[in-house]
Amino acid sequence: MISLSQYLMVAALLFGLGIAGILVNRKNIIVVLMSIELILLSVNTNFIAFSYFLNDLTGQIFVFFILTIAAAEAAIGLAIMVVLYRKRSTLEVESLDLLKG
Amino acid sequence: MDIALNTQALITLLMPLLGAVIAGLFGQRIGRRLTHWVTILCVTVSLIFAGSIFNQIVLQNQPSMNTVLYHWVTSGTFNFDVGLLIDRLSATMIFIVTFVSLMVHIYTIGYMAEDDGYQRFFSYVSLFTFAMLALVLANNLLLLFFGWEGVGLVSYLLIGFWFHKEPAVEGALKAFLVNRIGDIAFILAIAGVLMLFGQVDYAYMFQHVPEILDKQIHLSQHIAFPAVTVICLLFFFGAMAKSAQVPLHVWLPESMEGPTPISALIHAATMVTAGIYLVARLSPLFEFSPAALNFVLVIGAISSLSMGLIAITQHDIKLVIAYSTLSQLGYMTVALGASAYNAAIFHLVTHAFFKALLFLSAGSVIVAMHHEQDMRKMGGLARFMPITYLTFAIGALALAAIPPFAGFYSKDAIIEAVHLSTLPAAGFAYGCVLAGAFITPLYIFRAFFLTFHGRSRLTNAGLASAKTPGVHESPWVILIPLLALAVPSIFIGGMLIGPMLFQQPNLLGNSIFVLPNHDVLAKLAVNFEGAKEMAMHAGASLTMWLALGGIATAWLFNLGAPQLSQKLKAACPTFYKILMKKYGFDDFNQLFFVQGTRKLGTFFYKVSDLWMIDGIFVNGSGKFIQWFANFSRKIQTGYIYHYAFVMVAGLVVYLGWLILGI
Amino acid sequence: MTVLQILFYLLAATAVFSAFMVVISSNPVRGALFLVLTFFSMAGLWLLMHAEFLALTLVLVYVGAVMTLFLFVVMMLSVSRINLKEGFVKYSPIGALFVLAMTAIALIVVGPQHFGLQAFPSPAEVGAQISNTENLGTLLYSHYAYPFEIAAVMLLTAIVAAITLTFRKSERPSKSQKIEAQIAVQPKDRLRMIDMPAESNSKGPTV
Repeated sequence: MISLSQYLMVAALLFGLGIAGILVNRKNIIVVLMSIELILLSVNTNFIAFSYFLNDLTGQIFVFFILTIAAAEAAIGLAIMVVLYRKRSTLEVESLDLLKG
Repeated sequence: MDIALNTQALITLLMPLLGAVIAGLFGQRIGRRLTHWVTILCVTVSLIFAGSIFNQIVLQNQPSMNTVLYHWVTSGTFNFDVGLLIDRLSATMIFIVTFVSLMVHIYTIGYMAEDDGYQRFFSYVSLFTFAMLALVLANNLLLLFFGWEGVGLVSYLLIGFWFHKEPAVEGALKAFLVNRIGDIAFILAIAGVLMLFGQVDYAYMFQHVPEILDKQIHLSQHIAFPAVTVICLLFFFGAMAKSAQVPLHVWLPESMEGPTPISALIHAATMVTAGIYLVARLSPLFEFSPAALNFVLVIGAISSLSMGLIAITQHDIKLVIAYSTLSQLGYMTVALGASAYNAAIFHLVTHAFFKALLFLSAGSVIVAMHHEQDMRKMGGLARFMPITYLTFAIGALALAAIPPFAGFYSKDAIIEAVHLSTLPAAGFAYGCVLAGAFITPLYIFRAFFLTFHGRSRLTNAGLASAKTPGVHESPWVILIPLLALAVPSIFIGGMLIGPMLFQQPNLLGNSIFVLPNHDVLAKLAVNFEGAKEMAMHAGASLTMWLALGGIATAWLFNLGAPQLSQKLKAACPTFYKILMKKYGFDDFNQLFFVQGTRKLGTFFYKVSDLWMIDGIFVNGSGKFIQWFANFSRKIQTGYIYHYAFVMVAGLVVYLGWLILGI
Repeated sequence: MTVLQILFYLLAATAVFSAFMVVISSNPVRGALFLVLTFFSMAGLWLLMHAEFLALTLVLVYVGAVMTLFLFVVMMLSVSRINLKEGFVKYSPIGALFVLAMTAIALIVVGPQHFGLQAFPSPAEVGAQISNTENLGTLLYSHYAYPFEIAAVMLLTAIVAAITLTFRKSERPSKSQKIEAQIAVQPKDRLRMIDMPAESNSKGPTV
């Protein structure tokens, strides 16, 4: 039998990888967006696991909405990236330092 | 008409003020003649009433009167009133003050005839008279202090009368500042009196003296002094500044920058005697503090001897008389220390006359010499100015204590009184005043011979020839005061010595309080037979021969064999240099106080103001914020991964702390 | 080892591995494809947890729409030219350290002692006739109808936002027809009547 903690550990690993993707990446901003998707995926997994083990369907409803919002956010994020590429002609994270103090 | 005593006193007090106000505010409009008539009239009225008061209180032996005119301040338990005490001491003093003031007023008509500030001068002299009368007539310490400050102020105004002359302004400032030092002590003394007695008027104080004798003033847990000694010493410090005792005497020579009439009035007869008056008035307090009396004795002795020695070397005729004043004030102080208060006041009275006479005669000489004051440029003036010569001679003889002139009685009384005193410092004081009995005639007759005798050293072209009207006798407005002052200088000594010192009850009555074991005058009274006898037996006393010796020495060194003085100067150059530098008091003050204060100020400016406050606190805080901001802005790198990293790091720390408890 | 457990470990390993490859890869197209693989594995895991509808939604919507969108954008932005010549993705060791620490803490927290089978026992198996979709729908359209509507509005906002951001008018004029202008034309705009005198035939026709 798979225990709750195993599912949660998988989700935790995915979450860590997602965060790592944001932090260590310096070459491509698309990877950042993909890492955000990873994080959202891990959170969804958490919800589903708890919903399964607590016999409460509310968790799955919440995942439903998270999926919706994640899709919307990915779309807008990509749109922003398109405009960014048009303006700066590059997608390197290192060159996006206009807010430097 | 029979006017009440306190009304007479009030009129005496206020008339000079009226004259001063009229001359001061309207002087320019009413013109010179009217100004001097108005002020002289006011002072004459004042003199008449002062004379009447003197007559009533002293000669007719009426009881003294203590009246309150006006409640000035009531604060808690403190009561400060404006009130007058008319007793024998104050009656004597106001008579002297108004008389000499009137003489000076008349003299000024001639002396300041060509000056632009004529009306201003009369206003100031009348104002001074008012302040001095307030000082003397006060019945409490606060009104006395008002008069004290007033005379200090007018002295400043008058010394700096010719304010376009730099030395005059400096002299005025110096006088005021040195007097201020004494005033600090005076205020502390008043505070002490308030603390001990609770009231500042004399009647209350003198009644309650026995109650406070065992009180002490604590400077710390273990250091305590008897309260009476502390208060008396503080009062005496104030008196030291006003009466120019060593070391607060440094202002008097510079005060000669003022016109000669005020040198006569203020710095000979009246203002400088305020300190003496103060100590005499507070005799009930001083008697109970032998330590203070000793101190008074020592300071007076040092002043009398050291200042006399300086006077021997001076070239300016006014400075000789100024140092003579310092020396004579030392005599009065010595008398106070020996508990011979009556003798001190007696000497004050005689000194007022003959010193004013000497100053005014010197002024007459100066006017005749067209304001030349150096005696080395004078000589042989006797034949041009006979009356001035005569009056100066009378003043010099009185000063030198030659019988039967006034100074002889008062000075001898002091010397004998000191001789009989039982205080520890009396021996030293006796030596000093005895030496002074030789030195005083020496310097004054040196001045006399240099100015009036010998061959003429006049250098100004217009003055050199005997035929031309270069040097001539002064006008009558100048000569009349001289003659008026010469008469008392001759007679008043003999007249007053009996009543003042040796009769019971004496002239000053119970204005003065002396403890029986200090009462030297009572011991002297045993041997006193009368003024005439005292003069006749003068030949038997040491002081007489010292005086004659002094005159002879002066003749020798200046007329007989002048080259001897050169040899003497060459023989003891160090001593001469010390005298010329006036014992280094001025240099010390300049170096220590003036330069020291400047250096302290510069230090505070450079270090604490510029470096510390401006540099560290003001600019430093700005610079620190700038540095901090520069350092902080590097945190904003603009990179997303840095911001994310900071968030994650914070999260990790928080989680670690929460969950793992690290 | 039951089938369930083998399946679980297989799917979990695939998911973690492909997530790692997403982060590491220098070629974003490869990264996107690995992300697709991750999503597939996770969908499998969700199936194991009896969340059938959501697993399918994940594949259809997420992979089918969102990842497709990703791939479109990645390929459109000529990323290959920028990135391929660079080497391995540079990373900062401190960041990695912190992430490692965080993951370790998370793993400790969700460890077996608090979330193991004693605390949360396995739920009872249900039969195949219980439809997850039906249950979800019942709950969604009754209790959660309001959030549902709001989610719809959110999607509308997303559409508007995306178009607003990226739309630009093209510089060259478009050569399309304006029908309304064509219909609204008047004869006087097209035709001009001229009155000319006839020429007289004096010479006669030329032979």
